[in-house]
Amino acid sequence: MTIKTKLAALAGGFAIAAASSAALAANSTITVGMQLEPPNLDPTGGAAAAIDEVVYANIFEGLTRFSADGSVRAALAHSWDISEDGTAYTFHLNDGVKFHDGTAMDAEDVKFSLDRARGEDSTNAQKALFAGIANVEVVDSLTVEVTLSEPDGNFLTKMAWGDAVVVAPESIETIKTHPVGTGPFVFSRWVQGDRVEIERNPNYWGEPVALESATFKFISDPTAAFSAVMAGDVDAFPNFPSTETLSQFEADPRFAVIVGSTEGETILSTNNKSGLLGDMRMRKAIAHAIDRQEIIDGAMFGYGTPIGTHFAPHNPDYLDLTGVSAHNPELSRKLLEEIGYDGSAIRLMLPPPAYARRGGEIIADQLRAVGIPTEISNFEWSQWLEQVFRNKDYDLTIVSHTEPNDINIYARPEYYFQYDNPEFQEIMSTYSVTTDAEMRQALAHELQTMIANDYVNGFLFQLAKTGVANAKISGLWPNSPTQANDLTGVSWSD
Amino acid sequence: MTRSPSLIAGAILSAFYLIVALVSFAWTPYPVEVLNIADKLSPPSEKYWLGTDHFGRDVLSMLMVGARTSIGVAVAAVGIGMGIGVPLGLAAAANRNSLFDEFIMRGNDLVFAFPSLVIAILITAVFGPSAVNAILAIGIFNIPVFARVSRGAALSLWTLDYIFSARVAGKRSFLISIEHILPNIANLLVVQGTIQFSLGILMEAGLSYVGLGTQPPTPSWGRMLAEAQTMIYLAPRLALLPGLAILTMVLGLNLLGDGLRDRFDPQIWRER
Amino acid sequence: MIRYLALRFASLCVTLLVASMVIFAIVEIIPGDPASFMLGLNAEPDTVAALKKELGLTGSALSRYVGWTTGMLAGDFGTSYTYRVPVSELVVARLSVSLPLAVYALILSTAIAFPVGLIAASRRGTATDFGIMGATQLGIALPNFWFAMLLVVVFAVGLRWFSAGGFPGWDEGVSSGIKALTLPAIALALPQASILARVMRSALLETLGKDYIRTARAKGLSRRQAIVRHALRNALIPVLTIIGLQFAFLLAGAIIIENVFFLPGLGRLIFQGITQRDLVVVESVVMLLVFAVVTVNFLVDIAYAAVDPRLRIRS
Repeated sequence: MTIKTKLAALAGGFAIAAASSAALAANSTITVGMQLEPPNLDPTGGAAAAIDEVVYANIFEGLTRFSADGSVRAALAHSWDISEDGTAYTFHLNDGVKFHDGTAMDAEDVKFSLDRARGEDSTNAQKALFAGIANVEVVDSLTVEVTLSEPDGNFLTKMAWGDAVVVAPESIETIKTHPVGTGPFVFSRWVQGDRVEIERNPNYWGEPVALESATFKFISDPTAAFSAVMAGDVDAFPNFPSTETLSQFEADPRFAVIVGSTEGETILSTNNKSGLLGDMRMRKAIAHAIDRQEIIDGAMFGYGTPIGTHFAPHNPDYLDLTGVSAHNPELSRKLLEEIGYDGSAIRLMLPPPAYARRGGEIIADQLRAVGIPTEISNFEWSQWLEQVFRNKDYDLTIVSHTEPNDINIYARPEYYFQYDNPEFQEIMSTYSVTTDAEMRQALAHELQTMIANDYVNGFLFQLAKTGVANAKISGLWPNSPTQANDLTGVSWSD
Repeated sequence: MTRSPSLIAGAILSAFYLIVALVSFAWTPYPVEVLNIADKLSPPSEKYWLGTDHFGRDVLSMLMVGARTSIGVAVAAVGIGMGIGVPLGLAAAANRNSLFDEFIMRGNDLVFAFPSLVIAILITAVFGPSAVNAILAIGIFNIPVFARVSRGAALSLWTLDYIFSARVAGKRSFLISIEHILPNIANLLVVQGTIQFSLGILMEAGLSYVGLGTQPPTPSWGRMLAEAQTMIYLAPRLALLPGLAILTMVLGLNLLGDGLRDRFDPQIWRER
Repeated sequence: MIRYLALRFASLCVTLLVASMVIFAIVEIIPGDPASFMLGLNAEPDTVAALKKELGLTGSALSRYVGWTTGMLAGDFGTSYTYRVPVSELVVARLSVSLPLAVYALILSTAIAFPVGLIAASRRGTATDFGIMGATQLGIALPNFWFAMLLVVVFAVGLRWFSAGGFPGWDEGVSSGIKALTLPAIALALPQASILARVMRSALLETLGKDYIRTARAKGLSRRQAIVRHALRNALIPVLTIIGLQFAFLLAGAIIIENVFFLPGLGRLIFQGITQRDLVVVESVVMLLVFAVVTVNFLVDIAYAAVDPRLRIRS
C-alpha cells in the first residue's frame, strides 16, 4: 500500500501533463478499442465481425439499417412499397447522396451491389441473404424494384445487414484496402496491425455527426486491452474481452461499464451423428448435467442470460425453456445407466474465445461429476472451422452463434451439429414465408420447443455485450443487434 | 575440490521442485481438476494456503502439479535431444570429414537457422496444441545442440593416443564410441542437459502461455500465468506465483549447471 | 580460400533450398484454409470455392511451390490473402517496428552488459563480482513475457510513464515512437544483457590469462589498465558473435513480447498469418528470417576464416 502511494506521488506530475494534453483533443475525437483487426475493409466480402465493427453505419450504408434497439429503419432508401403478394419491393432512394469519392449514389449502384452479392462468383459471406432475390430492376435513378421468388417476412431486415451495404462500381477494385461508401465518416488510413482512422464526412447527406474523427485500435490480448483502457490509450472498448476485470472499471469513476445483450446464443454444440450422442437420452443426460448459472458465474463472471433453446431472450417471440434442461445430475446419472453408457471419453473441442475456453473447463468438470469423462482440446479458429465445422469430426464444442434470428440453422441437416428432423424442417419453411406477426410467434414457439425437447445441443446462455468507456462518452450502442460500432450518435459530454 | 555456493544453491532449488513434483503424484492439498466456482478468487487462508484461482481451484495444488508438467515436458524434450543428437554427434566424429559428417553438420545449421518459437507454433498448428507436440517442438531444437556438443568433445578425444591405438588395433569405431568416448563425455552431456533442461522449462512456459502447450485441465505454469493475466489487478498473486515458480526453477537449474561445469574437467569444456 | 568460399556458398544455397522445402511442406499440411476462415460460419460452399479461385489457391502443390520460390528469386513474395497487399509491403511496414525494436533492445543490452561485465571481470572473486553474477543468473531465468507484464503494471498502468502498448507510427514523431518501444525493449534486453555480461566477463578473464597480458602486467600496468588497453579488444570477438546471434533472435523471437505490447511487428505478422491461414505471409516471412540467420552465420564464418586460417580446415 505504501509503495503504491509513493508511486502515485511520483507519477503525479506526469499524469497532470498527460491529462491536459488529452483534454485538448478529447471533445472531437475518440479511440475505440477492438480485439480483432479486420482482415480487410469490405463488408460484402468477408465474415469477420471486425469488418462491420469498423465500417457499418460509419463508412457504409445500405437500403435499410439496424438501430441501436435492433429495429430496422430507413437508410439510403427513405421509403418503400411492398406489392400485395409480398414479392415485389420498390425502394425510393434519398436524393443527393454522394459516395466519398464524389460520385452520386443512385439506383444503378443499388442494382450493382445486389447483383454482385448474389452473382455466381460472389464472395459474399452471407450469400443466403440474397438467395430469395429473383430480379433487381432500375425504375429510374432514384427508384429500384426488387422482385423476390417468394414472399419473405424478413427481407427488410436482411437488407440492413452489413453484407448488404451499397457499394459503387467506380471504387470496388480497391474496397478491401480503401473503402468508399456513403456514410458520415470517410476512411482516412489503415496502419495495418495497429489501427484504422476515419474522419467526419463534410458532405454527408444526412445529419452530420458530432465527432470530427475516430480511431479504431486493435488490441488482441485481453490484458493489454485492460491496460490500454486503464492507461487512457483507448476511450472506449465496446466489446471488452475480459469480464472478470469489469468490476475494477465499475469501481473507477473515470469509466462507465456498458452492459447489454448480443444476438449470440452460446451453445454446447453436439454432433448428433457421433456415436452415443446420436441417442437423444445421451444428449438429455448431458443437458441435465449442466449447471448454466455456474458457467455464467465462472466463465463470464456473472454476465449472460440463461437460455433453454436457440433464441434470443430479448426477442418478443422468445420462449423460456430452461426448465426442460434444468440442472439435475441425478437424472443424468439415471439416464446414463439406462442407456448403458460405458464411460468412454467424449471429445470437447474449444475455439479461442474466453466463453468457450473457460466454459469448456467448467462443463468438463460438470460432466465428470455425473461420470462422463471429457478430453479437451483447444483449437484456433481455422482449425476449428476445418475439423469441427466443415468435417464434423467432433463430439462437443462451444460456440456463440451471433447471427440474429438464426434458428433456421436447425433446418439444415448438413449443418455441423447434424440435426435432421423433417418435421422441424417443414415448420421452418412455413415460418420463413409467414409475414403475419401472430402466426410467426406461434411457429417460433413451436420451433423453439422442438429443439429443446430433442436436446439437439446444450443451450447455455445468451452472450452479454460488455463494454467499457470513458464516463464522459455517450451514444455508444449498449446492445449488439448486429456487429457494429455505430459512432454516428457518439459524443463527449463536456 | 571446493564446493561452490552456486552448485549448492542450484542443487537445493532443483531438488526442491523435483520433490514437489514427485509429491504431487501422491498428494496435493486439493484435486486440481475439480472446480469450485463458489470459492473462486479466495485470498490465501488456512483453507487454501495460496488462495484459489478464477475457477476456485487451489493454487498451491496447481503449482505443485505444474512443476510436474514442466519437468515432464523438459525431461522428455532433453531425452529426445540426447537420444538422437548424441548418437548422431558421435557417429559424425567417428567418421570425421566424411559425407555423413558434413550432412550432420549442415543439418545442424539448418535447424539452427529456423526461429525456434515460430517453428514450434507451426508444429502445433499442424498437429494441434498438446503437451506431446510441445515436447516434440522443443525436442527437435535440442537435437543439433547435443549433436554439436558430443561431436566437438568426441573429436578431441579421438586424437588421444589410447583411442587412436584402439582404432589401429582394429576395434570398430562404433565400439570405441560406446566404450571409450561416451563415458568420457558424459559429464559434459550432463552439464549441457541441465542447460537445455532449463531452456526447455522456459520454452514450455512460453508455449503454454500462448496456449500451444499443455492443455487443460492439466495445470501448467505458463497457462496459469496466461489465465491469471487479466486478473493481475484483482488477484496479483495468481500471476506472480507461477512467474516466480518459473523464475526460481530455471534459476536453480542454471546454477546447478554452472556449478557442475566448474566441478567437472574444465579442459574438455573448453574444447567444445 | 576461394575454394573454401565457394564450398561454403554452395552449402548456403543448399541450406536455403532445403529450408524452403521444409517451410512449404509444413505450411502445406496445416489444416484449414484462408477462404473458409475469411467467410466464416454461414458461407455457402460455392462462395468458398469462388474465393479460393480468386486467391489463387487452386492448382497443385508443386506448381504453387515453384511459383513461390521463383517469385521470391525475382523479389516477389506474393500477395497476402487477408490483407490483399504484397507481402513485401507488409514486411517493410512490420520491419519498421521490429528492426528498431531489435536495435533498441540490443543497444540497451550492450549498454548494460559492457560495464557490468567489465566490473565483474576486474573485480573477480569479490562480493561485487559475486553479486553481479547472481543478478545475471536471475536475468537469464526471467521469463520475458512475465517481466513484460510486470513492466506494464508498474510503468504504464501504475505510473503512467508510458502507454501500455501499441505503436503510433514513425510519422507521429521519432520521440513518441521510441517511447512506445521503450518498455518492450527493456523486457527483451534484460535477459539478453545478462547473457552478454556473462560472456563478456568470461571472455575478459580468459584473455587476462594469456601470456601477453601477463607480460603487460609485468611491465607494471594495473589490472584495470591491462583490461582496458589489451584484454577488452581481444574479448570483443566472442562478444560480437553473441551480439550477432542475439540480433537474429530479437528480430524473430519477439513474438510473445509483441503480443504483450500489441506491437505491429514481424513476429505478430507471422502469428496472425498462422491463425488467419494467410499462408503466403507465413511462408515468405519465415523464409526471410531463415535467410537472414543463414546469411549472418555465413558472414561470421567467413570473417572467422579470414582471421583464423586453422578454422578453414574444419570444414
